[in-house]
Amino acid sequence: MAATDGVQDLQLVNLVKAFGDFVAVDDLTLTIPAGSFFALLGPSGCGKTTTLRMVAGLEDPTSGQILLGASDITNEKPYKRHVNTVFQSYALFPHLDIFENVAFGLRRRGIKDVAGPVNAMLELVELGPLARRKPAQLSGGQQQRVAVARALINQPGVLLLDEPLGALDLKLRRQMQIELKRIQTEVGTTFVHVTHDQEEAMTMADTVAVMNKGRIEQMGAPIEIYELPRTVFVANFLGQSNIVTGSVSGRSGEDIVVSAYGASFTIPINRSTRQDGEIVVGVRPEKLSIAPAGSAVPDRSNRVTGKITDASFTGVSTQYLAMTAWGDEWMVFEQNRSADILRPGDEVVMHWAPAHTFGLDVPPEA
Amino acid sequence: MPALAPTSGGSSGVVISGAAAQRRPRTAYLLLIPGLAWLAIFFVVPLISLFFTSLQAPTGKSGVYQPAFEVSNYLVAIQEYWPTFVKSFIYSGTATVLALIIAYPLAYFIAFRAGKWRALLLVLVVAPFFASFLLRTYAWRTILADEGFITSFLNALHLLPQGRILNTPIAVVLGLTYNFLPFMILPLYAALERIDPRLVEAAGDLYASPFTGFRKVIWPLSLPGVVAGTLLTFIPASGDYINATLLGAPSDRMVGNAIQTNFLQFRDYPIASALSFILMAIILAVVFVYIRRAGTEDLV
Repeated sequence: MAATDGVQDLQLVNLVKAFGDFVAVDDLTLTIPAGSFFALLGPSGCGKTTTLRMVAGLEDPTSGQILLGASDITNEKPYKRHVNTVFQSYALFPHLDIFENVAFGLRRRGIKDVAGPVNAMLELVELGPLARRKPAQLSGGQQQRVAVARALINQPGVLLLDEPLGALDLKLRRQMQIELKRIQTEVGTTFVHVTHDQEEAMTMADTVAVMNKGRIEQMGAPIEIYELPRTVFVANFLGQSNIVTGSVSGRSGEDIVVSAYGASFTIPINRSTRQDGEIVVGVRPEKLSIAPAGSAVPDRSNRVTGKITDASFTGVSTQYLAMTAWGDEWMVFEQNRSADILRPGDEVVMHWAPAHTFGLDVPPEA
Repeated sequence: MPALAPTSGGSSGVVISGAAAQRRPRTAYLLLIPGLAWLAIFFVVPLISLFFTSLQAPTGKSGVYQPAFEVSNYLVAIQEYWPTFVKSFIYSGTATVLALIIAYPLAYFIAFRAGKWRALLLVLVVAPFFASFLLRTYAWRTILADEGFITSFLNALHLLPQGRILNTPIAVVLGLTYNFLPFMILPLYAALERIDPRLVEAAGDLYASPFTGFRKVIWPLSLPGVVAGTLLTFIPASGDYINATLLGAPSDRMVGNAIQTNFLQFRDYPIASALSFILMAIILAVVFVYIRRAGTEDLV
């Protein structure tokens, strides 16, 4: 049941929302292509939910425009917008059974024969047998699926999901991530998913936009953002990063050379946001190799020496924390391919390929 | 509700977890004793006594009656007072509807919009209880007096067919509405306050206009409060006699007045008791039908 009129891009143009002095959404311009699974990722208070509520019509923008396809829906009443929401706490109608909850939108639009579409939708979310139950008689995961069905049945131009999995336990959340992805692929509707869970965003979305303080820090495919974060905030919020601040000391071919605390690091120019001055050098913990101090290190590798402060064995991998010479704690994820585990107190060298390094602007307040 | 723990004596208001209650069911019953004793002494015994009084026969001496099985007392009461019954229920029914119309928007405002003023507004709702019922009703005599501001104003506009409000059925209904309004507001507030405001957003998101959203979501979810509020207003208003005495003309008397006069003036205890029982029976029947219709058992 592909959404017939669903092939519409959602466009936010210079969208601003201020609550008094507080600017929740700061001049946001964004195009979400039709049919994509788009995640707005950010910490609480970053403006992601406010953005979603403006698209839903539950919040009026201070300025800016919202376009769905060619039509400007900025000032359209929520009940007239062809946009539906899966609410954070589901907001299922407690006095109606599952069937009537799902049929609600169709009935409001004056559609008489609701049984067919409702049953098909309940089939899609695998809740057919529970049609006559009340929401309170369902588990959290089932309620979640009712909420999705209730919104999707209207074949909206865009389906908004506000932290839809937040109330579920970890195992169920993983299950529902796969489930939601499957549903999205099946119906082809544009999903805009708001979440603070970076793993959730990366698992499900084709495109992730990382938001901070009302602005988008970086946007792209999960793997793209993960492998090459463009701001320190993204480097730390989406996964974890080891970073050190230094200054550019020169160039060598296609690389720039950065010195920090007496060590020098090479970064490919195209992996750095700047070529001179103060710079933040970063690398993901799983890109690091760790070895006892004095071990042979491949040529041209970047390296940092340190002393292990913590080693936790998790089965598939061991997570090390090592104190660097300048007093930062670096993190290393090492696959357990050998039984040699380094112990706290061991002097080590951590090294990695320059191609895994990224260079970032120093954040203003740091 | 589906997930009720198997407590014994659940109406005692004591919360004991299922397991504990099963181990010591006796405690729950013991806790019921004071309440049950109170009910037995001050409700059941007088009720039975009233019932026997309603069947007593006259002895010839004024105010003295003998035990009998005089069912005709009921027929006499109905024959003589049925217009009063009809009038009573019209007055109390109108007052209940008026109270609902006034209370619902107010309770809605307090529950959803009042913000930091919520507590203050709730105190104001119950504030009239700080003054005596009788005193407040007397105050209405002044407010609605013939030479008073309201009556003069409405007369100037020629809006009053009888030229006055006091000593008319309007005054009685207004008094009943006013006096029982808090009993309507509070249960309505309690029901509305429990409704998640996000349900309203969800209804709007699902193509319901604000009015449809109210009709399909808020109203059905507030029905338990509507039922409780209307009953708490209708039942005492039906038996009230103060408002009719102080604000109405002699022709506006309600069943409560008839019972009072029979007890205290005519000292016709059997007729007064019969009237009380008839009133009680009618109210019970009305309530039973009403609750059945409203289908509250399905809503909680």
